[in-house]
Amino acid sequence: MFKILKYSFYDLMRSRWSYVYFLFYLALGFVLLFLNNDINKAIITLMNIIIVLTPLIGTIFGVMYYYNSKEFTELLLAQPIKRSTIFMGQYLGISISLTLSLALGLGIPFLLYGLFRSTAIFDFGLLLVVGSFLNFIFVALAFNIALSNENKIKGFGYAILMWLFLAVIYDGIFLISLLVFNEYPLDKFSLIATMFNPIDLSRILILLKLDISALLGYTGAIFKKFFGTNLGMIISFVVLFLWVLFPVWRMNIKLRRKDF
Amino acid sequence: MIRISNLHKRFGKLIVLDGLDLEIKSGGIFAILGPNGSGKTTLIKSILGMVIPNSGDIKIDGKSVLKKWDYRNQINYLPQIANFPGNLTVNELIAMVKNLRPKKSNDIDLIELFGLQPFLDKKLGNLSGGTKQKVNIVLTFMFDSDLIILDEPTTGLDPISLINLKEIIQKEKEKGKTLLITTHIMSLVDEIADKIVFLLDGNIYFKGSIDELKLQTKQTDLEHAIANLMTKENV
Repeated sequence: MFKILKYSFYDLMRSRWSYVYFLFYLALGFVLLFLNNDINKAIITLMNIIIVLTPLIGTIFGVMYYYNSKEFTELLLAQPIKRSTIFMGQYLGISISLTLSLALGLGIPFLLYGLFRSTAIFDFGLLLVVGSFLNFIFVALAFNIALSNENKIKGFGYAILMWLFLAVIYDGIFLISLLVFNEYPLDKFSLIATMFNPIDLSRILILLKLDISALLGYTGAIFKKFFGTNLGMIISFVVLFLWVLFPVWRMNIKLRRKDF
Repeated sequence: MIRISNLHKRFGKLIVLDGLDLEIKSGGIFAILGPNGSGKTTLIKSILGMVIPNSGDIKIDGKSVLKKWDYRNQINYLPQIANFPGNLTVNELIAMVKNLRPKKSNDIDLIELFGLQPFLDKKLGNLSGGTKQKVNIVLTFMFDSDLIILDEPTTGLDPISLINLKEIIQKEKEKGKTLLITTHIMSLVDEIADKIVFLLDGNIYFKGSIDELKLQTKQTDLEHAIANLMTKENV
């Protein structure tokens, strides 16, 4: 698996898009620090961008890579290697190279700005960890969609819809349901609903860590009670982890019956 | 020896292989022929484990190969379309495939034969279709395996490379290898094939030597004999 991973990673690291993505984060980091002139504020702005953008880029990269490397995958399939090894190698190759672009692109400006002398280092670390989780989750989801759709256009369409749903529509439905069922106790419902969307889960995790939960009002208080404690943190990370594991597991099931 | 028994494969409603039985003895060149969509590639990919049959069994040297993967170490496969990761160089690709197959390889001779030296450090994305096909051929023939499967090997090749390819195929045959070749170029079949396997509607319609085929169809050349096989079915 590491052999495939290595080559997928090399291939991606040399592609123009990895650099564009890296430079984008680099520029973003510098601009935010320059404009805000404050690490903590820059981190909050950054969070809003990362939480929407990493899933989008992960989804598009995942789908694109799968369809573009189809013939090459066929070449690999004819070699004495297990199917799951090939795809897990490719999956990890993409996820790791995206994570590297993210970590380096943002890391460099923040380090130059004096991150180590600031108290925000843990918040920044959490931001990167959550960003990496989102990369791994959405590349896995994208692979699932691509594996289930022979048709490129359809695959792309479903992948973008999936992103749109989790990044925007889910929140809309969530808010409407909170308004409609306003008379009922909703703390448990909102806790559980958050768990079912990795983007929401990441957002809340960071918001609470940044200690601006007061902005969130009553719900914020409940979340703070839950997420603020160590147990809440652990559970949230376990759920994020499950969000990686489940799509990866389904990918392997799907692979067993797939014709190439 | 390959023994395929009662192989069924459906893609949705389309039945591609319909209870196919085939026995291929070791040694010699077998041309797998048939009209477009007759199941040639599906048959080949089933042997390679890339297509998973609905039912039936495929045995190589007496052992079932379904759901296995290590048997592929004894198969060289030339896919129909050559397309590689655009950001790797030719050298890196060859090194990678060698790395994936712990086996002795003679890539240097083949690279020289096909005149690929000037391209070794070029990225695969910048190569022409014919050059990619040459790289593809090098990757296929650089290992010493008992079974060699070629899916449309002549696509995009210039005449000199074509002659080289035919020579390699003959050499492998002389070493006692089994070669399965699909092609639409009848002159190639006429020149190199020992036996013909003709697929039609997901089953074997004819299996035998070229002479037997000509005798059966009462034609003097192969092209017409094959055409005769195809039209007979339609009448």
